[in-house]
This record gives sequence, C-alpha cells and structure tokens, in this order.
Amino acid sequence: MTPFPYNEIVLEHFRNPRNVGKMENPDGKATEGSPACGDMVAVYLKVNEENKVIEDIKFESYGCASNIATGSIITELAKGKTLEEAKKITWKEASEALGGLPALKAHCSVLAVEGLRSAVRDYEERHGLVTERVPTTLETLHKRLKHVMNPLCGLDVVRTDLVKSLTLEDGAVKVEIALPADHQFAAVVKEDIKDKIEPLWDIKDVVVEFVGE
Amino acid sequence: MFGETTYLDNGAATRLDERVLEAMRPYYFDTYAVATSEFGYSIGITAREALDEARAALAAQLGGRPNEFIFTSGSTESSNMAIKGVMMALAEKKGRHLITSKIEDFPVLNSARALERQGYRVTYLAPDGDGRIDPEAVRAALEPDTALVSIQHANQEIGTVQDIAAIGAVCREAGVVFHSDATHTFTRVPLDVGRVPVDLVTVSAHTIHGPRGVGGLYVRKGTPLRKWMDGGFQEFDLRAGVEDIAGAAGFAAAAALITQEETDHIQAMRDRVIERALAEIPFTMLNGHRTERTPQNANITFHYVEGESITLQLDMRGFAVSTGSACFSKSLEASHVIMGIGGDHERAHGSVRFTFGRYNVMEDADRIIDNIAEVVAQLRAISPLYPGKEQA
Repeated sequence: MTPFPYNEIVLEHFRNPRNVGKMENPDGKATEGSPACGDMVAVYLKVNEENKVIEDIKFESYGCASNIATGSIITELAKGKTLEEAKKITWKEASEALGGLPALKAHCSVLAVEGLRSAVRDYEERHGLVTERVPTTLETLHKRLKHVMNPLCGLDVVRTDLVKSLTLEDGAVKVEIALPADHQFAAVVKEDIKDKIEPLWDIKDVVVEFVGE
Repeated sequence: MFGETTYLDNGAATRLDERVLEAMRPYYFDTYAVATSEFGYSIGITAREALDEARAALAAQLGGRPNEFIFTSGSTESSNMAIKGVMMALAEKKGRHLITSKIEDFPVLNSARALERQGYRVTYLAPDGDGRIDPEAVRAALEPDTALVSIQHANQEIGTVQDIAAIGAVCREAGVVFHSDATHTFTRVPLDVGRVPVDLVTVSAHTIHGPRGVGGLYVRKGTPLRKWMDGGFQEFDLRAGVEDIAGAAGFAAAAALITQEETDHIQAMRDRVIERALAEIPFTMLNGHRTERTPQNANITFHYVEGESITLQLDMRGFAVSTGSACFSKSLEASHVIMGIGGDHERAHGSVRFTFGRYNVMEDADRIIDNIAEVVAQLRAISPLYPGKEQA
C-alpha cells in the first residue's frame, strides 16, 4: 500500500512509461492540452497503409502522474489495433486498465485518450480518409469546446458552464465566456478556443468575448 | 514510519522539537486550569502566570510590550483578525479602502476578497520580478479613505523579504495603520517594532518547530481593532476563548530555541541548493530575490516539466518538497505568487520550493540536488516541450 492516491499499476507506468519519446516522420500525430492547463500530451502513430493497423505508437507528456500513466497505457492498448478500433478506446477502458484513477485527476488522463483520437483523425485527414466536407454546426462547435479546459478546475469549459453563449453565422463564430477579461486565465482560454475551432474547413473567423464580472 | 524522509517543506509545517513538548506538558497534566484572574484559585493563578510569561517572552522577541501580544489559533486567525478588525474599526472614521499585494498568503488575500464582497475597496499592488513591493507604489496607492496597508514581511513561496521599514514609514507619514504577515520570518529575520513602524504583526508557532494551531498577533498600543470573535473577555477583550496555555508556553519555548548559528546553517543549506541547481541543471531559474530572501527558502523552476511529477518522483525517493503547480494544489490553480511576479503557467507548474529547518543537514541539500537532477532529466526526456533533446 502507498499513501499516494495512485495505485501500484499507475505508479509503475509513471515510473517506467512505455512507448515514450518522439517519432521520426510519423504517419499521424496530435497534441492535446497546453502548458497553461498544466498537462499536455503528444501522440505519434505509424500506420500500416494496407490494413490500417497501428504498427507503432509513441507519446510524450508534460504533466502529472495520471497524465503520464494514461499516456503509457493508451499506447499499450492501441498498439496492434486498427484505427477504427483505436478510435473507440475510451477513458474508462484506460482507467480500468490502470486499476482506477483518482476522480480529481480525470481531466489529466482524458487528455491522453483525446490525444490518441486526434492523432487518428490527423492520419485520416492527411490520407484523404475524410472526404466528406460536413458543414460545421453548433453541435460540432460544442463538441470542440468540450476539448477546451477550464484551468480553474481542470474540467472542460462546457461542463463547467463557462460558455455563456455560442453563435455561428456565415462561418463566423462568437463565443462568450463567463470570465472577466482581465482574468489570469482569459488569454489562455481564448487561445485554446481558437486553436480548437479555427481549423474547421468552413470557419472564417472566431471571436472570443469575456463577459464575466 | 517516515523516519527516513528527508523533509524539505518546513515552510508548510515543521517537526515539533521535543524540548517544546516538554515545556507544554505541565499545562496538560499539572497546571491544567484556565487562567484565572489574580483573585481566582491557585492552580488558575499559576496558569495565568505561565500565560503572562509566554506572552512577555514573545512580545519581547518583536521588541513589543507584553500587553501588545494577542494569542490566536495561528497565522490565519491573526491575519483575519488584523485585517477585518482594523477595517471594521475604521470603516466609519477613516474609510473603506485597503492596500495589499497580489502575492500575499491566503489569509491576507482572502480576507481582502471577503471585505470586497462587503463593499470595501482593495488595491492589490504588483511586485517586481523578484517579488519586491516598491514603498513608493504604496505611497502612490494611498487614498484619503485608506484605512490599512497589509504587506507581508516575507513571501511564503518565493521567500522574498520586503522592506517593511520603508513601507511602514510611508504609512506612518500618512497616518495609515500598517499590518505585516511575518509568519515566514519570525525569529529568523530580525523585526523590531521599536524601529520598524508596523502596527500589527502576524506570527505563528508552526513554522519554528512549535505546536500547530498556535499563533499570535502583535498589536501596537492604540491601534484601532474591532473584536470579531465574540465570547469572554480573554486576551485584553480582543479575542474570546479559553486560552491555550500549553500552546502559548510551547510557542514561547520554540521561539527561545532559535539561534543565529542555526539560522546561518539553514541559510547555508539554502544557498547550496540554489547554487548547485542553477549551476548543474540546465533550464532552471531562481524564483524570488537572490539575497533579500528568508534563510530557509529556495524556490527554483525546472522548465519543461510539471511539478507534481517531480514531487511524486522525489517522494518515492524519500524527499518531501512542494510545488507551485496547479496539479499539486487543492484548488488546482497555479501559484498566484509566481503568476504575480510576472511568471507564466509553465514557470509556475515547474516551480519547486525547498524549505529548510532545524533537522536538516548539509547532506540533505546535496542529496536533493543529486536526486532532482535525475528526476528532472527523466521527465524532460518524455516532455514534448523540452527543446534540449536534439542535443542530448
């Protein structure tokens, strides 16, 4: 027994993370999180073009123990799986494979799962597997905003009710955030929102306004 | 169980000295009565004498008089009492404006925020990059209705010591009451209220190998202070509640045990950590002022790594240190001190505080650097932010 909130499996992965490091010329890669929210994960993939199996996977982490351990376990879970299978790996599976994670640290570990999914999406986009250009809807935006962390509590800005309003008109997005403009995290949140929404193919402009007191 | 731990978090709490415990023991098992007036019963009168003796000794440590020292439950209560007590006492007579700094510890900062919610105005001064508050900035922030200035003697995280003599002089000249939180300097950095024009000083036993839950507030005679803990007439009718005589005796004993020789040794360990960390580990920086800092505090940012991972790795190697990382804190917020001195999140997340105490030896300073160098190198090897990998 340890006095830490982490179990032995988590600590073991934290001490000896698997598949760690940068990958030269990856077929797909993604970074989730930011130094500002305290956690960041990069995921790199080598994919067999024929059968779409992940032949190699590497990750890097700037973050706490849960972040590192989940990055490690996610690479073990994804290796040898097809892209379709890898996309379906959930945070719950990763957490279970680690024997459970502290609830407070959920967001740190969710990042690793999102990192894997984004890396798969990156591969699909680069290899022309996403051919349909689906018009962006409010629902798409909402989904993307769920990947923006509220640094105040480490959960996303949607779940923590920071998004006061969200509008979409002719490719112009306006997001109102319930933080004062001079809040210490305002700049970070704004940058993160722009990063997540601007790459959408039919979005021309993203405006983030701070309406908190 | 933790006998092998190398404890370097003395800024958070210290191990009790056995001699302090011995000084406290009689008031639990022998002279256990409440402190009665001189017309009470013998056991209570003896208890009263012990309380008075402890009070006089602690007041003398600050150069004050015995009736200027109030016992409290610790620095949190002391600072609450000083800030809310003075602001409420002067709300009508002087005004509702308070000046403090952005990097105060939570008892001061959150007392100020609580007052703001009740309609008071607060100016939060920004320090310079070393964490120093310019006395002239205090002067510039003064308004006709400023009732109180509260600037800490030294910072809890980065150790920077303020020129409270100069800040106090500005306040004295303007006729404004001045409070200073000296939790991290008491008995280690000289403070004489005979020379420094400060009206209220927060002190605590928990940082000097004394008991937890015992603190004090120096209150210069004549300082307006509203009583806010209602009850009996203890502590000159300024703080109600049955006195903790064992705690008071322990606090006085702890203060008496601090020597210059010990403080010099602690400072030498601090300097060893700072010098070796900056010289031997790349991408590091010192947080706080290089020389105007408390003897026990070294605070260093190890760039490109996250503090909770450092502290957990160090814990598994038998070291206890703390970090300004959001992950480490209960609030999940990055250190307001590092952000307050102009740092960014990355600098706060990678900051590690080492605070030395009586039970540390020079070997601890060397061992922590040897170990942290390894841990930081390991974590950087897996960090997507670290630019040094190509070279390595």
